[in-house]
Amino acid sequence: MINLLANLDRRWIFLAMALCVSVPILVIGLTGRTLPETPTPLARAFFNEVDIAGQSKGRRGHVLLAFDYDPASAGELSPMAISLVHQCAERGVRMYFMSLWPVGPQMIDGAITKVIERYYPDLEYGEDYVNLGFKAGNEQVIKVMGVDLTTEFRTDVRGTPLSEIPMMDGITTLEDFDLIAEISAGYPGTKEWVLYAASQFDIPLVSGMTGVQAPLMYPYYPGQLKGLLGAIKGAAEYEAVVNQWILEERIRAILVSGGFDQAEADAAAPGLATAPAQISTWTEGAQAASLDPKARSELIELAAEPIPGEFLEGQRRMGPQLFAHLLMVVLIILGNLVFFAQRRKGGHS
Amino acid sequence: MQLLTRSIPLLITGIAGLVMILSAFFPYTSDWGKIAGNFFNIIAAFAFVLGGGNLLKIHLKKVSDQSEGWGYSGVILVCFIATLVVGLGKLGVYPNPEFPDVRLSGETQSSGGFWWAYEYVFKPLTATMFSMLAFYVASAAFRAFRAKNFEAILLLGTAFIILLGRTFAGFLLTDWIPLDGLFGGLRMEELSVYVMNVFNTAGNRAIMIGISLGIASTSLKILLGIDRSFLGSGD
Repeated sequence: MINLLANLDRRWIFLAMALCVSVPILVIGLTGRTLPETPTPLARAFFNEVDIAGQSKGRRGHVLLAFDYDPASAGELSPMAISLVHQCAERGVRMYFMSLWPVGPQMIDGAITKVIERYYPDLEYGEDYVNLGFKAGNEQVIKVMGVDLTTEFRTDVRGTPLSEIPMMDGITTLEDFDLIAEISAGYPGTKEWVLYAASQFDIPLVSGMTGVQAPLMYPYYPGQLKGLLGAIKGAAEYEAVVNQWILEERIRAILVSGGFDQAEADAAAPGLATAPAQISTWTEGAQAASLDPKARSELIELAAEPIPGEFLEGQRRMGPQLFAHLLMVVLIILGNLVFFAQRRKGGHS
Repeated sequence: MQLLTRSIPLLITGIAGLVMILSAFFPYTSDWGKIAGNFFNIIAAFAFVLGGGNLLKIHLKKVSDQSEGWGYSGVILVCFIATLVVGLGKLGVYPNPEFPDVRLSGETQSSGGFWWAYEYVFKPLTATMFSMLAFYVASAAFRAFRAKNFEAILLLGTAFIILLGRTFAGFLLTDWIPLDGLFGGLRMEELSVYVMNVFNTAGNRAIMIGISLGIASTSLKILLGIDRSFLGSGD
């Protein structure tokens, strides 16, 4: 057995990895089921920062969304970018997209198409969101934006002068944003935004990043980085928080429209959003006695409504990750068994 | 010649560095920093042209010399030139609806050959390259991750905690430990957060402070003209 393992052709390992990744993808694709996620404080902090953007100023939040990644890391980062845009669109903050990576604009376009154009068609370009596109110069772009944004970006990605874009009114430097939300795959990325924006201008910064980058960025949390999402795990946690929040908001709105007062709706909505499968039973119980019949049927419909696939990508990818990680653990154990067996025999590993 | 190759570059470096330092610490000089930054950004845009020229030079030479692997260089050259022509010429791009008569008024991001090359060549190729890491990491885990000594055992233990703690497996394995109890911190998902927040952060902070001090010292040497290696003259 040990000899078999010691001489194991690495193509068997490749095959095992392929199966560990592809079988869960197929199963999740067929059943639509995902693994439950318990959000860590980092994902909650990320969500909270977006949630409170602009609140202290008593107006719609102005959030700068910097998508500094490319297709190579899109598998890891796109789900968190999608969830970020989802939260911003639902929250009603103004979104200013930009990128320091040459292929970043394509990532921005993908998020706009998948979220805003498909699910929030009422949001208007130039009023609710704007795409400033890519700008060469790495960290220097951030430095100049800190002093004068209009020097760096004279037009948006469509060539429209910023002065003709309504939502750019009053935006002249980085300090005019309530929050910077960065999705980063490397250089230039989170570190540069920390060094040249968050530290120098005291602007709240949250960031989602690849698993390779995350350990290097932990020292900045919670000082310079107010929220941090690491790899697909962070994306899945954040996605779960956003989805639950949106469901909770919708349940709350239905309860209020159905005759509940705000305090009653506030008390009931979180529990119902946590367990949507229980909503049908709940509407038949005593707690829902004062609820309008129309609101009851709306609640049941809402509970049965599936979450669109775009907003489950992070959680879906945790399935393949689980089995890939388990395979790695098994391989490490087997590799060490071979090592110790050979050492006992006096051979080389 | 010394003036052009050494004195002027040193002077530019010194002044630009000084301006950037001043603009970071004194708000009144922030506009100077902006001007220096603008210069940098213009140079950065030129760097794309230089990069393209350099790529052409290296691979044309390889093809011309027919040195080992020159076929790959040929593929690079063909792809590079084709992308350049398709992108700059906006081949297949629909004109902007506001200017339907101006062929070059459309954008390359949503239509045309450049978009096609991005969507169906660049995107799948880069994603495939990145995905292949999983296979090599798995193979390396089997062959190289050995508990040879105490440090390696610590590394292995940490790897297990993170690998399991970052998935549902960690939750399943230690779900029986009450989260609010005395041993709640021993749950796999809590342990992985602890490792990242405490050990990882402490180690990384120490490294970062060291690197920062090194950067400050090297930068000072460059600004004062003591370190001239960036001039490429072997000084």
